[in-house]
Amino acid sequence: MSKKILIADDEQNIVISVEFLMRREGYEVSVAGDGEAALERIRADKPDLVLLDVMMPKKNGFDVCQEVRADPAFAAMRILMLTARGRDTEVAKGLALGADGYMTKPFSTKELVDKVRELLA
Amino acid sequence: MRLGPDHKLYIATGVVGALAAALLWAAVRLTQAAEGGDNAIAALVMVWLFVTAMAYASLRPMVDLFVRAPAALAEETRIVVRDSKRRLSPAGSVELQLLAETVNELAERRQSLEGDVAAEIARAQATLEADRNRLAVLMAELRQSVVVCNLDGRILLYNQRAREVLSAGAGSELVGLGRSLYAVFERTLIAHALDQVGRLLRKGEESPATEFVTTTPAGRLLRVHLAPVSGHVDHDTGEVAMTGFVLLLDDITTTFEKEAKRDTLIQSLTEGSRGPLGNIRAAAEMLNNYPDMENEQRARFLAVIRNEVEGLSGRVEQSAKAYAKELSARWKLEEMRGADLVAFALVRVAQRCQIPVKDEEIDDGVWMRVESFSFLQVLCYLTTRLRDEYGVSEVRLSLSSDGDHACLDLGWLGTAINSETVMNWEIEPMRSAGEETPLSVREVLDRCNGEMWFQRKRASHRAAFRFLLPLAQPPEQRAGKVGPQRGSRPEYYDFDLFRNSARSHALDDRLLSELDYTVFDTETTGLEPSNGDEIIQIGATRIVNRRLLTHEVFDQLIDPRRTLPEASVKIHGITPEMLVGQPGIGNVLPAFRAFCADTVLVAHNAAFDMRFLQLKEASTGVVFDAPVLDTLLLSAVLHPNQESHRLEAIAERLGVIITGRHTALGDAYVTGEVFLKMIPLLEEMGIRTLAEARAAAEKTYYARVKY
Repeated sequence: MSKKILIADDEQNIVISVEFLMRREGYEVSVAGDGEAALERIRADKPDLVLLDVMMPKKNGFDVCQEVRADPAFAAMRILMLTARGRDTEVAKGLALGADGYMTKPFSTKELVDKVRELLA
Repeated sequence: MRLGPDHKLYIATGVVGALAAALLWAAVRLTQAAEGGDNAIAALVMVWLFVTAMAYASLRPMVDLFVRAPAALAEETRIVVRDSKRRLSPAGSVELQLLAETVNELAERRQSLEGDVAAEIARAQATLEADRNRLAVLMAELRQSVVVCNLDGRILLYNQRAREVLSAGAGSELVGLGRSLYAVFERTLIAHALDQVGRLLRKGEESPATEFVTTTPAGRLLRVHLAPVSGHVDHDTGEVAMTGFVLLLDDITTTFEKEAKRDTLIQSLTEGSRGPLGNIRAAAEMLNNYPDMENEQRARFLAVIRNEVEGLSGRVEQSAKAYAKELSARWKLEEMRGADLVAFALVRVAQRCQIPVKDEEIDDGVWMRVESFSFLQVLCYLTTRLRDEYGVSEVRLSLSSDGDHACLDLGWLGTAINSETVMNWEIEPMRSAGEETPLSVREVLDRCNGEMWFQRKRASHRAAFRFLLPLAQPPEQRAGKVGPQRGSRPEYYDFDLFRNSARSHALDDRLLSELDYTVFDTETTGLEPSNGDEIIQIGATRIVNRRLLTHEVFDQLIDPRRTLPEASVKIHGITPEMLVGQPGIGNVLPAFRAFCADTVLVAHNAAFDMRFLQLKEASTGVVFDAPVLDTLLLSAVLHPNQESHRLEAIAERLGVIITGRHTALGDAYVTGEVFLKMIPLLEEMGIRTLAEARAAAEKTYYARVKY
């Protein structure tokens, strides 16, 4: 059975590519356009991995991450955060709040695929 | 020929002997007469008359010689005591003449000694004057602004540039000798800096100074370098006492604006480009890696690329424009030892929030870059909210490092906080214990390049805010470098001004000679404030340390919003045209009140001027409640028998030269000079303190005059 991935990002232009890429890699993909929608999808679909953008409307990526990590039911779920801001303090914050990995835009799609594969292995 | 004491004794003995002989002869004659007949009474009277006459004749020169002459000599000597230039003219007996010559000799010696002392004082004063002039030149030439204060924050010394920088755009004069620095800087900010410097001093740091960046009331951004002025060394502890501090100010508004603009540009071109570039890159890689995709899919990726490239072009354009816009300035980060920050925080947070603060697991080796003043505000603010909203009764601080960052935890037991609350706390303006700042936690952290979040350990029921701050390199130990010797500092600011420090006593018990004064005068449309007359000019100058500061003045025309009577124009020379466009009294009084801050008011016939000011209290809300001294009343105290106590008359009596009368400022100068002359005269009458002067003034007749 293929693994389930949720893409939580409000930027359509990156969602198009990442969605295409993940499907081509053989994953089952769903998409959420803001933080609250992301939490809903996480609870409904129980994805194996979330590609979580930091800057999102309604709830930002940090809040989503913290809420997910507060629920032991999702302990096994992997979270890979994506951000367009390069501050290292932000990276540290994401990891401290329970993210499994962190990628800063512009990332290479190959690295993204490698990272996803590694996290789902 | 001079008679010696022995000769005088012989003569006196001769005189007494002759008298005795005369008495004996008379006694013999009387006995014979008593035996011989009844003529005894007449003979008796004759003998008595003769003896009395003889006694008077011989005693008179003796009284002159032994009583009058010494008394006169004593009087003359008393005059010489007061004025050593005077000399006695020898008179009277040889002994008295000798005594007079000796007194003259003493006076001679004293005169020459006085001359020496005067010359010595003149020399010392000349040296002091030269030092002062050198300092004045140095201060004037400095590109930096310099302000010297005592520990109460009173300004003891400043240069012109400091005055320009600190008063710029403030609307009124904020800088002046004896004025409070806290009119310009927040008291807590200076206290914090002094705390830091005190700590460095106690550690024996070779250059115990600190730097911070702050804004003036007029919004200028200043970099402030604060160094202590050291006093004596405590013999018991070996510590150097701080008696005041020096501020070096740099107006970095422009520099910082430029830097900030450049930073923003760079940031918008780097961080702002990450997203769009990421999108383009991903789309391009898809096109490249999956050539087998359908045409519709291919078109979508190409659209993404086109769309993002357009967006990026717009962003570059926007950045170029934004470069010209004004932007908020950045704050200077200090590099400091984390343990020092924690030590400050322990005291500060406990004081502010009134709950116990403990430290645990402090890594001494952690150095970080932080704007400590704002950061401590953050800690106080968050602790206050924890206490008020979550009932937290104790907080703990711990400090560690994760290799790349300093991690400071503000922890407590129990209650967790949801992320929405944390976010609100982060973005609301900080308010705690009466201290308010428009900054939010988020803004302070952005400035420090830091982050924070809430975290908890379920097992131990411990919750904490974790602050991540950039690490700094600990400064290298400069071994072998010898600092300047204590006491080797140049002494050209040794103006004895630091003695001014203890101002804690109520003004009433303060000596007149050590108070600061604002001497002022008003010109008005007429003499009846209760009948619609208004102030049209206020002039004021200041007296600090018994010096009239003619360069620190308040000189303002005021539009009375009514007609100006012809008769009054003749007195003050102010024409209606001169008042066009001048501010109204409602705008002037607050500035004048600020000018007078912390001083005693002095005016000639002060009751008149005060009445005008007091009638404006209701409409302007500006209350003049400082103590007031009146030179008219004080003149009546000093010279109760003089007919006139007009300012001109007093000035003439006290030897004050009058210039520029009948402008408010001109009269204020004269009043100030007159008042300065009065202080020592009042002292001679035993009137030394402010309370004594006011009491004496009230007793005089003129105190009963009411306007």
